[in-house]
Amino acid sequence: MLVLEDVHTHYGKIEALHGVSVQVNKGEIVSLIGANGAGKTTLLMTVCGNPRASSGRVILQGKDITNDLTSNIMRSGIAIVPEGRRVFSGLTVEENLHMGGFFNTKAEIRKSQEHVYELFPRLKEREHQRAGTMSGGEQQMLAIGRALMSRPNMIILDEPSLGLAPLVIKQIFEIIGQLREEGITVFLVEQNAHQALNLADRGYVLETGRIRLHDTGKNLLENPDVQNAYLGG
Amino acid sequence: MAAQNFKHALFSAVVTLIISYPILGFNLVSEGISVQLEGADTFTLVGVFAAAVVVFLFQLFRDTIMGGLGKLPALNPMANRPPMPQRKRLKVESVLLTLMLIGALFWPFIASRGAVDLATLVLIYIMLALGLNVVVGLAGLLDLGYVAFYAVGAYSFALLSQYFGISFWFALPIGALLAALFGLVLGFPVLRLRGDYLAIVTLGFGEIIRILLNNMTNLTGGPNGIGGIPDPTLFGMEFGRRVKEEGNTSFHETFGIAYAGEHKVIFLYLIALVLAVITALVIRRLMRMPVGRAWEALREDEIAAKSLGLSRTAVKLSAFTIGAFFAGFAGTVFASKQGFISPESFVFLESAIILAIVVLGGMGSQMGVILAAIAVTILPELAREFSEYRMLIFGAAMVLMMVWRPQGLLPMRRIHIELKPQG
Ligand SMILES: Nc1ncnc2c1ncn2[C@@H]1O[C@H](COP(=O)(O)OP(=O)(O)O)[C@@H](O)[C@H]1O
Ligand SMILES: [Mg+2]
Repeated sequence: MLVLEDVHTHYGKIEALHGVSVQVNKGEIVSLIGANGAGKTTLLMTVCGNPRASSGRVILQGKDITNDLTSNIMRSGIAIVPEGRRVFSGLTVEENLHMGGFFNTKAEIRKSQEHVYELFPRLKEREHQRAGTMSGGEQQMLAIGRALMSRPNMIILDEPSLGLAPLVIKQIFEIIGQLREEGITVFLVEQNAHQALNLADRGYVLETGRIRLHDTGKNLLENPDVQNAYLGG
Repeated sequence: MAAQNFKHALFSAVVTLIISYPILGFNLVSEGISVQLEGADTFTLVGVFAAAVVVFLFQLFRDTIMGGLGKLPALNPMANRPPMPQRKRLKVESVLLTLMLIGALFWPFIASRGAVDLATLVLIYIMLALGLNVVVGLAGLLDLGYVAFYAVGAYSFALLSQYFGISFWFALPIGALLAALFGLVLGFPVLRLRGDYLAIVTLGFGEIIRILLNNMTNLTGGPNGIGGIPDPTLFGMEFGRRVKEEGNTSFHETFGIAYAGEHKVIFLYLIALVLAVITALVIRRLMRMPVGRAWEALREDEIAAKSLGLSRTAVKLSAFTIGAFFAGFAGTVFASKQGFISPESFVFLESAIILAIVVLGGMGSQMGVILAAIAVTILPELAREFSEYRMLIFGAAMVLMMVWRPQGLLPMRRIHIELKPQG
């Protein structure tokens, strides 16, 4: 579904990714864990073409998208829930969702909206509330809902559990599991390694711009190095 | 804290001296063929020092003074009320707009000819400000050269009528479309720039257009401008005493009434009114359409908007082009109203005034923009005795406004302007 081959990404002259190769297969949940500043967000944004990879290849559904425009990539069946949620705080919940389905027909939007409200009944209650006035958890639900509005085959999530209460985190991870049941491929980036690896079919560990480890989620959870570094010993 | 204030105040006073002393303190006097440098009279020098003292004192007690100003809104009962819910607000706005429209319809039949003429000018500014509001208030693009598109509209009509004898009604869409085309072509390379850079480049573009108009003497008549621009006709009826164009009839003869100069003024006013209403309605509609929401989304969070597949360039370009379109609209009406245009009507000051209307009105809100357009156009007319100090008063009003009510008179529900380079 998504393949990164030896991807290098630069911010100006500084190289943030030093040759990263990652593969996400159809129907899987793949988790990428790593410390702050490891380059996780950079990796995801490289998939979106913002910034672009300076060398290597990014392949989405068999098509090389390394040099495509962000706007074109994001219209080809992939959606991202960006780091820090980034909902449109001045727009209402419903308007936010409609932005997510910007390139869909009205009928499609209505259907996806209903579906999102089924996944997150809380959003339906807040339909006409401005997104900026909602709690962090609700905003995260909205960010996920907005990403789902374009009916993607694959969804990328950048630290969806960041700054949320344990109960809300549990709920978010349940929803992510549910998305897999619906046939959506999930690429999940987390610092919350325990839950992310628990849920994942496979996992990668990113350290300072390089992939250190790559295994099934279960094996990574049992790996002593991972336990020391990311699971608190 | 106090020491820091003192240092800053001293610095500001010295800067005031350094800037104003050489400019005001010396005069160049020509004696025969040579030029002599002379000190200015004592009065000016005292003035310069007094200014430095005022700056010093203001900076020293800045916190107190600004604090006092900050409390001002308490005097204004509207200011501290929580904002109305969106629906209610829209309703109130619609009712007010309708009332204003009814008033505007009766205006020409009760007001003097001069007042109707002035009202036409107000309507032109309303069109301009509503258009710029799309660019600055909704899309968050600081355009300081908006007057260029106004000029394109006006000159399109002037030139088309001069060279091809094209009438107002045909020139109106052509002028607007040409202005939009200019917006599209200029916007394409320029909209990659962010914030301040965009402001500077658009400022430059506005000046370039004006200078071009000034220098292409063969085509545009240069500083002499173009005269004899025809008035609009009503179904082939002209409003002049005598019919100028073959095949046209005359308004007063057709209706068997006595000729009156007012007819033309009133007709132009009504045209401007209809066009201003159309402008407001079209933009209102656009704001609720996906393209309007895309402007807003991109302004609020560019990264998020892009992650949804929106193209920054396409969205911003659409706002820029639509804004230019309405400037062209207004320009055509302006050319017809004046009957004569020259580059002098399209100086940077015009851009500044239109921008001031948008800012004053509260970026994004149509009602606010309309009120501000009325205020900014009419107040200087009322205070003609102070016309020398117009710019001074204007500047002071803007500064006070920024301190007292930075969100404008009637801000839109959501406000934000892109001034800093981001992402
Ligand atoms: N916009 C940027 N400009 C320059 N450097 C950046 C930018 N974004 C991230 N970086 C750098 O790239 C590295 C990886 O950052 P990031 O991808 O955000 O890590 P993570 O998401 O794993 O916390 C860090 O060293 C960070 O300082
Ligand atoms: Mg990150």
